[in-house]
Amino acid sequence: MCGIVGLFAKDCAIEADLGAHLAGMLTSMSDRGPDSAGFAVYAPGQSGALKLTLRPPEGTDPGALLARLGIPDSSIAMRGSHAVLTVPQSGYAAARQSLAAHAADTVVVGCGASMELYKEVGAPADVARRFDLAGMHGSHGIGHTRMATESAVTTDGAHPFSTGTDQCLVHNGSLSNHNALRRELRRLGYAFATENDTEVAAVYLSAKMHGGLPLGEVLRGALQDLDGFYTFVVGTGTGFGVLRDPIACKPAVMAETDRYVAFGTEFRALANLPGIGTARVWEPEPATVYFWDRA
Amino acid sequence: MSAPHSFDLAQHSVRELNAALHALAPSTNATGWLVQNPDGRHALAAGLDVPVTVEIAGHAGYYCAGMNQHATVIVHGSAGTGVAENMMSGRVHVQGDASQSAGATAHGGLLLIDGNASARCGISLKGADIVVKGSVGHMAAFMAQAGTLVVLGDAGDSLGDSIYEAHLYVRGRVASLGADCIEVPMTAADRAELQEKLQAAGLDGQVRPDEFRRYGSGRTLYHFHVDNAAAY
Repeated sequence: MCGIVGLFAKDCAIEADLGAHLAGMLTSMSDRGPDSAGFAVYAPGQSGALKLTLRPPEGTDPGALLARLGIPDSSIAMRGSHAVLTVPQSGYAAARQSLAAHAADTVVVGCGASMELYKEVGAPADVARRFDLAGMHGSHGIGHTRMATESAVTTDGAHPFSTGTDQCLVHNGSLSNHNALRRELRRLGYAFATENDTEVAAVYLSAKMHGGLPLGEVLRGALQDLDGFYTFVVGTGTGFGVLRDPIACKPAVMAETDRYVAFGTEFRALANLPGIGTARVWEPEPATVYFWDRA
Repeated sequence: MSAPHSFDLAQHSVRELNAALHALAPSTNATGWLVQNPDGRHALAAGLDVPVTVEIAGHAGYYCAGMNQHATVIVHGSAGTGVAENMMSGRVHVQGDASQSAGATAHGGLLLIDGNASARCGISLKGADIVVKGSVGHMAAFMAQAGTLVVLGDAGDSLGDSIYEAHLYVRGRVASLGADCIEVPMTAADRAELQEKLQAAGLDGQVRPDEFRRYGSGRTLYHFHVDNAAAY
C-alpha cells in the first residue's frame, strides 16, 4: 500500500493554492496509508540562504534553540512540531556542526534553498492540519501516506526521506535487497537512522549523486541496483522525477494541464484538481524515468 | 428507454449505489442508470446481475464492473486496476484507458477498451472477450486459459506468458512473447472468430482480420513430459 501525491505548478494561481491542493490530495490517500504522512513543499526562501527543517524535542523554545546554536544572521520559525532554521549559505557547515554539538537531540529532517520537509505519525488529514499544509504555497510539492510493511511506525520511518540539498524521496512498495545494500553503503561510510527500506533507497541515491552522477542517471542505475517493488517520486529544487520498477505492481497515475502536472497513486488523489475533467491523464510506463522541471 | 436514473456520488456512497443496483429484479423497468461524480471511486457497479445499462460519467477507480453478469457498464473516462475482473457475461465499455489487470479472470462477456490497457490485461482469462483499440502493456494474457484478446495496437513484453488455450490477435508490434507463447498460423476459423469479435466491438468494416497475427500456446509447458520431470 502507501499513497504518493505530487503537484507541480505551471502558473501562479496554482502556486498560491499549492498547499491546499496537496492537503486534499494527501487526505484522499488516507486509506492507502493511515499510519503516518509527510510532505515536502518547495518555495523559494531568502536569497543566499538555506532552510533547515528541524524536529526539536517536544516543548523546545525556538528562541532558546536559536540562541544555543549561535549562528550569525540566522532565524527560526516553528510549524507544528517542526522548526525551519534559516541560515546564510556560507554558514551552513557551521550550522550543522553547531546542531550536532549543541542540539544533538534535534533531528535535521531536510535542507534546501527552497525545500521544507514535514512528517509525522498520524492520519494524513491530522498531519496536514498540524503543519497547516493547506496554508502553504510553493512551486511544487510531494507527499506520502504510509502503511508500514517493512519497518516500525515512527516519525523517522515516515516519508519523505531527504536525499540531499533540496532533494527528497517518497516510495510506494518494498525493497527486497535493502539489507545487503545497507551493509554496502555502511561500509562506504554512510549512516542510517532506521531499519527502513526506503531510507536505503534514499541513501543510495544520495551516495550516487555524491559521486557526481546527475539524478536521471542515478535513477536509471537504480533500476539495476534496487530489487523489489517501487514507485519512486523524487522531489528536486526545480521539479520532480518519477520512476516505477519494471514489473510495475505499484500503481501510478499522472495528469497534466497547461496549469500543472500532478501525480497520484490513484486517480482519486487527482479528482478535485481544477480542470481535471479535460486534463491529459495517463499511467507512467514501467522502468522509465520521467522528469518535470522548470528549466 | 426512459431517462436514466441519476445517481450522484457527491451525495451518496458507493455502497448505496451498489445496493440500489443489486436490489433490481431481472424484470426491472429501471434499465438505465447514470452515475455522476465518480471521481475515481472503487468498486463502481460491481457485482451486477441484471440486464441494465450503467453509465459512469467520468473516471472509475479499481474493480469497476467486477463480477459483472448481464449488465452493460459504460465508463465515460478511464478505469483503474481490475476493470471487469471476473466478469461472467454482459458488456463493459471503457472509453478511456484501462489500468492494470483489465478483465482479469473474466469468464464471459465483452470488455471493450477504446484507449490503451496497461500491464497484465486479460491475466488468467477464462473465456471472456477483450478488445483493446489501443495498445496493451507487458504480460498481457498471462496464463490465459480461454477466450480472446484482440489488440488493435501493440503488445508489450512477454505477451501470453504461460498461456493455455486463449486466442490472442494483435494488429501491431509485439515487443516479445512470453514462455510457451508462439505465433500460430491463422485459419479460416480464426478469421471468422476475429471477425465476430470485431463486429461485436462495433469495428466491422473499419478493421480487417487479415491485418492481425494470432498468438497462442506452444503446448510444451502445460503437458507433462517425462523428460521434464526434474523441473517440477
